[in-house]
Amino acid sequence: MRTLIDVKKASSNTDKAVVEGQVGVGLGGVGTHKKHESADKQVAGEAIYVDDRPALRGELHAYVGQSTMAHANIISMDLSAVKAAEGVVKVITVEDVPGHTDIGPVFPGDPVLAIGKVEFVGQPLFAVAATSFDLARKAVKLAKVEYEELEAVLTVKDALAKKSFVRPPHSLKRGDSESAIAAAAHQLSGEINVGGQEHMYLEGQVSTAEPTEDGGMNIFTSSQHPSEVQKLVAEVLDIPLNKVLVDMRRMGGGFGGKETQAAPWACIAALLANETGRPVKFKLARLDDMVMTGKRHPFENNYTVGFDENGQIKGINIEVNGNCGYSPDLSDAIVDRAMFHSDNAYYLDQSTITGNRCKLNTVSHTAYRGFGGPQGMMTIELIMDEIARHLGKDPLEIRKLNLYGKEERNVTHYDQTVEHNNLSEIIESLEESSDYQARRKAITEYNANNSILKKGIALTPVKFGISFTVQHLNQAGALVHVYTDGTIHLSHGGSEMGQGLNTKVAQIVAQEFQVDVDTVACSAARTDKVPNSSPTAASSGTDLNGKAAEAAAKTIKQRLIDFACEKYDVEAGQVHFESNNVIVGEQTFSFAEFSQIAYMNRVSLSSTGFYKTPKIHYDRAAGKGRPFFYFATGACVSEVIIDTLTGEYKTVRTDILQDVGASINPAIDIGQIEGAFVQGMGWLTTEELVWNEQGRLLSNNPATYKIPAINDAPEDFRVALVPDAPNPERTIYNSKAVGEPPFMLGMAVWSALKDAVASVADYKVSPKLDTPATPERVLFAVEALKSNK
Amino acid sequence: MVANTIKFLMNNELVEIENIDPNTTVLQYLREEQFKSGTKEGCASGDCGACTVVLAELSNELDSENKAQLNYKSVNACITFLGNLHGKQLITVEDLKDGAKLHQAQQTIVDNHGTQCGFCTPGFVMSSFALHKHNQTPNRDEVLEALAGNLCRCTGYRSIIDAAITSSENAGEDSFAKHYQDTVATLNELKKLPTPILNGNGNTYIAPQNIDELATELTNEPKSTLVAGGTDLALSVTQNLAVVKKLVYVGNVAELTTIEETESEIVIGSALPYSEFIDTLHHYYPDLGDMIERIGAKQVRNTGTLGGNVGNASPIGDMPPALIALGATMTLHLNGTERTILVEDFFLDYKKTVLKTSEFIKSITIPKPVVGQTLKLYKISKRLDDDISAVLAAFFIEKTPTENGQKVTNVRLAFGGMAGIPKRGSAAEAALLGNNLTKESVAQAKAALATDFQPMTDVRASDKYRMTVAQNLIEKCYIELQSAYTSNVIETRVVNN
Repeated sequence: MRTLIDVKKASSNTDKAVVEGQVGVGLGGVGTHKKHESADKQVAGEAIYVDDRPALRGELHAYVGQSTMAHANIISMDLSAVKAAEGVVKVITVEDVPGHTDIGPVFPGDPVLAIGKVEFVGQPLFAVAATSFDLARKAVKLAKVEYEELEAVLTVKDALAKKSFVRPPHSLKRGDSESAIAAAAHQLSGEINVGGQEHMYLEGQVSTAEPTEDGGMNIFTSSQHPSEVQKLVAEVLDIPLNKVLVDMRRMGGGFGGKETQAAPWACIAALLANETGRPVKFKLARLDDMVMTGKRHPFENNYTVGFDENGQIKGINIEVNGNCGYSPDLSDAIVDRAMFHSDNAYYLDQSTITGNRCKLNTVSHTAYRGFGGPQGMMTIELIMDEIARHLGKDPLEIRKLNLYGKEERNVTHYDQTVEHNNLSEIIESLEESSDYQARRKAITEYNANNSILKKGIALTPVKFGISFTVQHLNQAGALVHVYTDGTIHLSHGGSEMGQGLNTKVAQIVAQEFQVDVDTVACSAARTDKVPNSSPTAASSGTDLNGKAAEAAAKTIKQRLIDFACEKYDVEAGQVHFESNNVIVGEQTFSFAEFSQIAYMNRVSLSSTGFYKTPKIHYDRAAGKGRPFFYFATGACVSEVIIDTLTGEYKTVRTDILQDVGASINPAIDIGQIEGAFVQGMGWLTTEELVWNEQGRLLSNNPATYKIPAINDAPEDFRVALVPDAPNPERTIYNSKAVGEPPFMLGMAVWSALKDAVASVADYKVSPKLDTPATPERVLFAVEALKSNK
Repeated sequence: MVANTIKFLMNNELVEIENIDPNTTVLQYLREEQFKSGTKEGCASGDCGACTVVLAELSNELDSENKAQLNYKSVNACITFLGNLHGKQLITVEDLKDGAKLHQAQQTIVDNHGTQCGFCTPGFVMSSFALHKHNQTPNRDEVLEALAGNLCRCTGYRSIIDAAITSSENAGEDSFAKHYQDTVATLNELKKLPTPILNGNGNTYIAPQNIDELATELTNEPKSTLVAGGTDLALSVTQNLAVVKKLVYVGNVAELTTIEETESEIVIGSALPYSEFIDTLHHYYPDLGDMIERIGAKQVRNTGTLGGNVGNASPIGDMPPALIALGATMTLHLNGTERTILVEDFFLDYKKTVLKTSEFIKSITIPKPVVGQTLKLYKISKRLDDDISAVLAAFFIEKTPTENGQKVTNVRLAFGGMAGIPKRGSAAEAALLGNNLTKESVAQAKAALATDFQPMTDVRASDKYRMTVAQNLIEKCYIELQSAYTSNVIETRVVNN
């Protein structure tokens, strides 16, 4: 007879873990500082990314020829030299695509390879497969392309004037904002340009396509949305979904940049693999990655606001104009989110929020941590500073005054009631712990005594809506197996990009069975294990996949309980999962032992799990509903010092208080907060995207595009989680999402820079400081105030 | 005598290679030839540090017991040509574990939750490893200096700093310490080998060992490309897909890799990496030492050289303005004949120099400071570390006390980023020379600077910013030179003071 694997019996288990475990927490370790599941491998160079996979037999390398024009008809494309180049095995154009030629993720508009015209510099024209990465890159440069240049739209202003939009404008209206503004004691209006942001994931875009025996394709990709890659590959190849398998073990960073824009490279690799019958890898060199993939949308926003003598807003009009690039991509939802977050944490009263989706001849801008939310919030944070300077008050006072109330003034401009609002408590607590008032005083004094160096400080809050605003995406699946040695295999629809999702979901499953978290192995996200998954985006990874995995684990656990009751004649209440053991009445089995017994008694030890977010609904036509299950909140105090002769600056101290509900893993959550803050700070300070007048990106490599380096992190960096704050909504272990919300805490640095600049004119004028606030912009803001004085 | 191979230690294994294109980078070699994928490619341009590996090489200096010692240097594998490995020990992230046990440089990152996506992690591990090989108890500043060339997009760095700052005093002996004497012995043997050559794909790499060999090589093949650290040249290969037919590596040329001091001068070999002369320069010119700490990052300073930075003749190189302001000279060598010129006279036009065919830079000579002289340096860039200057200002001012103040008797105001070549602002200098340093003379110098330069607008800065900031730096320098400010120096990059 076949034998089962030897397992430890209950008696051989120690109680060590029980001693270590906290009361009410248990062995899975939900709520504790578990290390990232890949950490040991990552530090040893053993973690495998797509480009690290051993080459497949006969593997070829793909590359694409790129448009050199921002907008043009293609008159002719001579690829003879490309075809003749060393190492080239295959060259394809859009004519060779058997299925769909448009791979727009939501709306059409993204040709996989150019169809007769080009709409941005860097647009893929044709693709080659060659025997090496370098030979493929060299070959594509040999194409001779003749263009008929067309007029290009390269500024948001031009797009607005020409009504060049990728999607129709949309408005959210409450009451009569015009009358309210006019009736208010004070009126202000202004505008702000908010720069975009390159994702600069350290691992660039990469996919490998491997043809399978039945005309299908296996794809190994670095993508936040394996199911969409599966769909698009199937569509371009004109084959059914069940012939495409997408495998995504881990990404070297995503940040939104691999939500939709990982797919084109997978599709092109698949097309070439299909043509050649050989595996094809396509990875983008950094410079091409920066030129050819979309970024955070630059926005140009304007407003008119009316407020009372205390500084409380009575009426407001805000227009947000997103630079979407040449195609819709996700821009409809991104500009919607900018509109939803035009309030940030504040009650807008009578309001009209308009969002335009401007079409420009640049790369199609895409998801990026915050998804338009940050660009929307910038306007209202600007307004807070403007009102404060206008009335001669501390901006913090104005921010507090305008916060959403608890019982009244608590309904957003899209009719969602802000429930469980804890921002006033968070701000109060942070104001005290950061010693804001005393430092404010000291800074004002310092500035009075120093003519060259000036300091600034600001406290800004964040309220961020959690859920996909596209309702059907708020679902997730998971698959859990228990093997006969008691180890557990976990698959879920989410993808690991460093955020610790796999670690948290493994903790949740381990918690359910009360086993060590090491017992659970989380596999690559694979479309054949969990189908029809949503992108890992919108901060929803743990909320959705954690619940789905918990459901799967609960199903298996219930089967084990039912089985125990039947087999050992006990009540369900007498079956306990504890310390790697299953206790049945008076008997104790190790979890592994009990799994074997269950197997021998033909109990299914595998289950799927499913979850959909409750309570959410939204009527876009009416602009009313509850698009968000809950809000994630937090606040930040940052202090900066600037040099008024050069515009150089430094963030000297940052204090953050973030509400993550009951944290599933505080170490991972703190890592998310710190990293998000620094990324947000980079967006608003040194990260400058520069396009020239022909629409070519000049900041196209890390030598010219500067993300924060180690010296830019605040020297004094204090991050705390709101204690004892379980999410009142029934989320997974009452935790809260953490991926995006702290990104916007970086706004405190921008506001602090303005505070420092404002000191030059005794805080009487609010400096204009568009972002990114490079040393150049800071210097010119200083000079403008000096000449104004 | 030459040998058609290069030899190096791959961790503890002696490797001899031939028939590989010398345009191959160490990163390509590791990933594509050795199938070692632990070292990552983030940018292939030396900007992100994900590919950081460590090269151990014999130090020029003996240790306190007069024994040969190893220098552990972090370098960017993506912009290091394969041939440069000759005679060294290459250590990658895969080599650090001792059996199943993580190295301290790895374990501390795990313990501090310093990985998220993990793609930058191997690079941080290697930079931290190299740091601790020389300094087991680094302070925060030393950690930042060692890790500034490693970008992380996920963590915000706090956790990584906490990891690297952890003392390694009690970490125990790692495998490199255990093999230390063997490594020294092997590298000493490799030193005795004939001049290494690497041929492949019709291209050649040669590493002459002395100045005569180098001069002969260049005379015989004037179209050869000189390479030292390769921190700029390699980008033409990895970014522009250029192929260099003949690479002549100067880093092994004995006469080009020395630093000597006379009573009045410091003579630095053109192929000596920054990291080996920064301390000397910092001693005599603190501003210069501080500025060099902001050239590239540690990995670049471990391989980059003065000869490269000057010879490259980029308008945005950071050393040329400093050298011009100091009145430094350079010695050029052409087939046995040497000439000495002012660094200032080296540059003719954008990327054009007085260097003749087959001529090369042997050394740079910097005068030591004397009483009454001041050197002030300002590097203006978007980011503090690892960024190319929008403007680099180097001010040398010599003053003599007079009855009614301090008369400027000698002045050189040199700028990078303001013109097609590094250049002095002669009109601004004229406004200061012979006058007392006063608010008025400084205002005149600022105004005069507008006639000296017509800077350009590019991705780093606008013309207007360049001019404004260059003018303001003259004022800043003036303020800093006032005695009242000596205790309140306005640092190049603002600090909390």
